[in-house]
Amino acid sequence: MLDSLQPLVFGMLALIIFISAAFITFSRNLIYSAFALLGSFTGVAGLFAMLGADFLAVVQLLVYIGGIMVLYLFAVLMTSGIGDVRLTNRSIAVKIALPLALVLFFSLGKLIFETEWFAQQTVKIAPTTAAIGDLLLTKYLLPFELVSVLLLSTLIGSVALARQELRNSKENHD
Amino acid sequence: MENFAIHIHESYLYGLPLSVVNLIVMFGAAFVVLLGFVAPFAGLLSFIERRIAARIQCRIGPNRVGPQGLLQFLADGVKSLFKEDLIPKVADKPLFIIAPYLVFLGMFTSFVVLPFSSQWIVADLNVGILYLFATAAITVVGLVMAGWGSGSKWSMLGGMRSAAQIISYEIPTGLAALTAILLAGSLSLQEIIAAQGPHPWQWYFFDNPFTFIAFFILFVALVAEGNRAPFDLPEAETELVSGYNTEYSGMRFLFFFFAEWAHLYVLGAILTTLFLGGWQVPESLLASVGAESIAARILELVFFQLKIYVLVFLVVQLRWTVPRVRMDQMMDMCWKYLVPIGFFCVAGVAIWMMLFPDGVSFVKYLLIAFSSAMVLYYFYKVYRNFKDSRAELELNPFV
Repeated sequence: MLDSLQPLVFGMLALIIFISAAFITFSRNLIYSAFALLGSFTGVAGLFAMLGADFLAVVQLLVYIGGIMVLYLFAVLMTSGIGDVRLTNRSIAVKIALPLALVLFFSLGKLIFETEWFAQQTVKIAPTTAAIGDLLLTKYLLPFELVSVLLLSTLIGSVALARQELRNSKENHD
Repeated sequence: MENFAIHIHESYLYGLPLSVVNLIVMFGAAFVVLLGFVAPFAGLLSFIERRIAARIQCRIGPNRVGPQGLLQFLADGVKSLFKEDLIPKVADKPLFIIAPYLVFLGMFTSFVVLPFSSQWIVADLNVGILYLFATAAITVVGLVMAGWGSGSKWSMLGGMRSAAQIISYEIPTGLAALTAILLAGSLSLQEIIAAQGPHPWQWYFFDNPFTFIAFFILFVALVAEGNRAPFDLPEAETELVSGYNTEYSGMRFLFFFFAEWAHLYVLGAILTTLFLGGWQVPESLLASVGAESIAARILELVFFQLKIYVLVFLVVQLRWTVPRVRMDQMMDMCWKYLVPIGFFCVAGVAIWMMLFPDGVSFVKYLLIAFSSAMVLYYFYKVYRNFKDSRAELELNPFV
């Protein structure tokens, strides 16, 4: 319904993503960088929504902002004196980084300009949730199960690590 | 929405392209929803909460501004607008300023998907219920930002606590909501409501024992997510002065409370939608006013509001009658009880759906009888407490 406005919306989202990404990279304050992730993640969720991937858009918000970003914030805020560190991203080997960045830039640029893009004329907006669920439990069952096993082992591992620390600190107190 | 936009385009703004008109209508709807709808609701809820709190504490409460003090929230709003906007010297100024708006944004964007009647909904998303939980995530970021930006230890601790709390309680919330989603087979709020019926035995609340338990899990988890007492540890006065909003004043302070009361409303709406049949009105009643008429829509709206306000009343009463829990108790309850019970409910509902695809009416009636007994006991207890307190004030609500 908003076909003619799509370039405008895309431009706005791209601008949001770009500005917040630049802010994340160039900000001298780690806290600001962490908070700027919000703009970047929301922008990507907006892009997903624009492409008709409604489920992915919401999950992007839920997982990246609700989970990952808040975890970052936790780590950043728990570190004492984090606001005093003003040295981030200042002197990380420019001699190596610059050529690498240039190579990446030109190869990506070459890729973008040489690829034949097929412009999809009409994006069919349809609910995707049911289809994703079906595929996860039929075609991609094995990867799905593998990921869940991985997550479970991570969970158990972190619990084991946390318990060990608890036991050690108790022994020290005694 | 789209039809409305086309209608406006054809009758008033035919000079403009349709997409621009669409955009105008969208922004207009957002404007109306936010300013004309949410703000009065939050204000009204603040009034209700303060009056109930006053009754419970044997006070009178605000009753001077407007009939029975109904316009108190407007007076408070005006007062807050005129207050000096204090920003602490050590505060991180940009973060301090942005934080209340983020909290506000996270809470108020959820109103977009609330189904007020079978046709009155701003956007009926296919992933409506997930969207509701996702917007809560933005609130967390706002709270942490407020905690950090204030440059005060109390605020910081409050912000951290609220983040830990909301993140933890998102899991039981999701699990409990999953039971209703399983039954309805959809994430869209309208479809979940449509899958239920107007009568109690058609609600998911009474569908089977597992959804019955899930309702209470969702209730507790949502109260905790809204930082409401007895789970208001982020702003525990006795420990943290006022938590993340300690350093705020004036309108910014009010924004946090706007969000809190809006969350109270959203809480009622989520529970009503998932378990209590939403806007469903008995067909005979609907037919008497004409199923397609605007009166029918208003009737649906009234039903939806009534259910929400019953739940809101319960939450408010809970806040003023139950003492605050400790932080470790709070986390224990989430991870050791609510999460396992939530998983049990999800598995239980799935098995129940396989065994009894049509439901078991005997179990439904048993559950209804049980909850009726609970409600009766509740009224009896409240009556006894009124009587024992022997307060003349309590028995006359309109002093």
